[in-house]
Amino acid sequence: MKKDIILAGVGGQGILSIATVIGEAALKENLNIKQAEVHGMSQRGGDVQSNLRISSDPIASDLIPKGCADLIISLEPMEALRYLPYLAKDGWIVTNTEPFVNIPNYPAIEDINAELAKIANVIKVDVDAIAKEAGNPRGANIVLLGACSHLLGIEPEKFEQGIERIFARKGESIVDSNLKAFRAGQKAACK
Amino acid sequence: MKYKRLLLGDEAIALGALDSGIQGVYAYPGTPSTEITEFIQMQPITRERGIHCRWCVNEKTAMEAALGVSYVGKRSIVCMKHVGLNVAADPFVNSAISGCNGGIIVVVADDPSMHSSQDEQDSRFYGKFALIPVLEPSSQQEAYDMMEYGFNLSEQRKTPVLMRVTTRMAHSRSVVEVNSQARPIDAISYPQEPWRWVLLPVNSKKRYPKVIENYEDMQAKAMESPYNIYTDGADKSVGIIACGIAYNYLKENAGEDFQHPILKISQYPLPVDMINKMAAECETLLVMEEGQPVVEEMVKGILPVNCRVIGRLSGGADGKGVLPRTGELTPDSVRAALGLPAHETYPASQVTVPRPPALCQGCGHRDVYNALNQTLAEYPDYKVFSDIGCYTLGALPPFRAIHSTIDMGASITMAKGAADAGQFPSVAVIGDSTFTHSGITGLLDAANANANIVVVISDNLTTGMTGGQDSAGTTKLEAICAAVGVAPEHIRVVVPLAKNMEQIKAVIKEEIEYNGVSVIIPRRECIQTFKRHAKEKKN
Repeated sequence: MKKDIILAGVGGQGILSIATVIGEAALKENLNIKQAEVHGMSQRGGDVQSNLRISSDPIASDLIPKGCADLIISLEPMEALRYLPYLAKDGWIVTNTEPFVNIPNYPAIEDINAELAKIANVIKVDVDAIAKEAGNPRGANIVLLGACSHLLGIEPEKFEQGIERIFARKGESIVDSNLKAFRAGQKAACK
Repeated sequence: MKYKRLLLGDEAIALGALDSGIQGVYAYPGTPSTEITEFIQMQPITRERGIHCRWCVNEKTAMEAALGVSYVGKRSIVCMKHVGLNVAADPFVNSAISGCNGGIIVVVADDPSMHSSQDEQDSRFYGKFALIPVLEPSSQQEAYDMMEYGFNLSEQRKTPVLMRVTTRMAHSRSVVEVNSQARPIDAISYPQEPWRWVLLPVNSKKRYPKVIENYEDMQAKAMESPYNIYTDGADKSVGIIACGIAYNYLKENAGEDFQHPILKISQYPLPVDMINKMAAECETLLVMEEGQPVVEEMVKGILPVNCRVIGRLSGGADGKGVLPRTGELTPDSVRAALGLPAHETYPASQVTVPRPPALCQGCGHRDVYNALNQTLAEYPDYKVFSDIGCYTLGALPPFRAIHSTIDMGASITMAKGAADAGQFPSVAVIGDSTFTHSGITGLLDAANANANIVVVISDNLTTGMTGGQDSAGTTKLEAICAAVGVAPEHIRVVVPLAKNMEQIKAVIKEEIEYNGVSVIIPRRECIQTFKRHAKEKKN
């Protein structure tokens, strides 16, 4: 088993929380993990990404080679496109549809969708709306995790257990609302 | 007993240090090194053992404090980013001459590709320069294991040890097998040769040849290091020297049929015998290293001129290197250097545009720059010299408010120099933490010369850029400025909020018109730490 995943978004959107839950589940499964993050200046509203690699065999590089990512998970549609050269030809993009516009020259959403349409395997989910519907507007990242959970090579229940462990110290209601967000994401991806 | 943890490279270093029985960590925040100290601050053992973990004012004070810990026979680490070692260079270089008593590991995190830095200097040069051994882990596991190894090396060789990591090691997580028990902290024990610590010429002259002898002996024994590993291979057309993290990128691309000899280097001085052996057997040596071509140049210096050595400097068809001269290595650049075909990919998107970082919405620096821009617009030739921190983003649109950023503290001193040379108005913008790091001495220069400058200390009560660490000068800034000689009536405090804009502009205008040193302190908490504190209160 080997999954190379690029997590993408804008600084502050919470891509690292997605990585934490996947990493936690992978560690419990006794898998090897490498996860490269970017901290510092670029976190201030700039584009951010994390390379997450999980494998049953040892992993050499902390970075994913171009053309080798099985999956791009993005909390923002334009950011999903930024890492296209890293996506394997049979790889998947799972992205939020809601643009995060904090620059004056943000492209037309039609152009973004047209480019996404050229990719073989794309799942588009309005995670912001689903998170709101699920009563957890700050859980958009966990909705997105739910939406891609069937592509990660780890049983979805393991992520639920990961969410329980990670959010346990924040109280039962936080755990429940995140589980709800996760399941709403799963459901949305099946549509 | 061992167990597994998922750790950032920085965290593996921190835990390795704690498990090696350190008495303290001494550090100033700097990407990508900050998480080492933050991890130590969060551990229960730190409280139980009373391990020092408070942030230092700068890297120089940190390095010197560690020398004090060493003098009394205990272990410590010093952590900084690469440019921080420039600040700590004086004690660092001279610590090789004094040597150490308790072990010292200086952990320096380089930032090739300049993700969050102003240059991509390679700290391995400092090791060679100071004659201090360098460790360069290629995995998080090695980073952890090398702490105990490094302290033993430091204490056996009586020298500080430099550990050099780069961004992808510092900021990448991996599963690390760690000890369940930490070594005890040593008791106080004084140096056996106390004269070594008094660097009078008479003592240094005695010590320096010994330092060289010690370094040469380490070089002779470098092939015994468990971290320098020679793996033979049948295909001698190219032998590969892979340093630190470059080894990972090599392994990523080296399939089962890969037949070239490989020398993995993670400890310096270089294992000269191993390099000679490879050169004797292979037609070409390919050097892979993250950062500057340090090893490539050294290997060229070691070997006869007719040996072909390629890497970041040479070997490419265009007269350049087979690896890019600048920026961090990637599995792709290493793949190309090996002559392997690139993987099939999607072309880059034609729709995406850059999304540069920006000052947060609600950040006080925004109000400071709005006020400065509006006030200074009246003066056609104004110049604003700035500094290192979040507020450096004021150089970008929409503000375009500053004209320089060089290093920590250069705002005040450059403004003074420009004013000396006739510049008016000459304004400095510096953050509170940068001011205490390296701005106070410059302000003393300016006050002594009665330079005609306005210094804006934009005080957000934290070290913001690196994630909100404590700032050494909080509650003390006015007193510090008055103490170095700024007239109290020209130390002005304002609250940077849109509603106070007219008042702030008036204060700036008055102080520009004053012929002498003025300090304006716009003070409002960083919006990020403010949100965090509000959340903590709620919970």
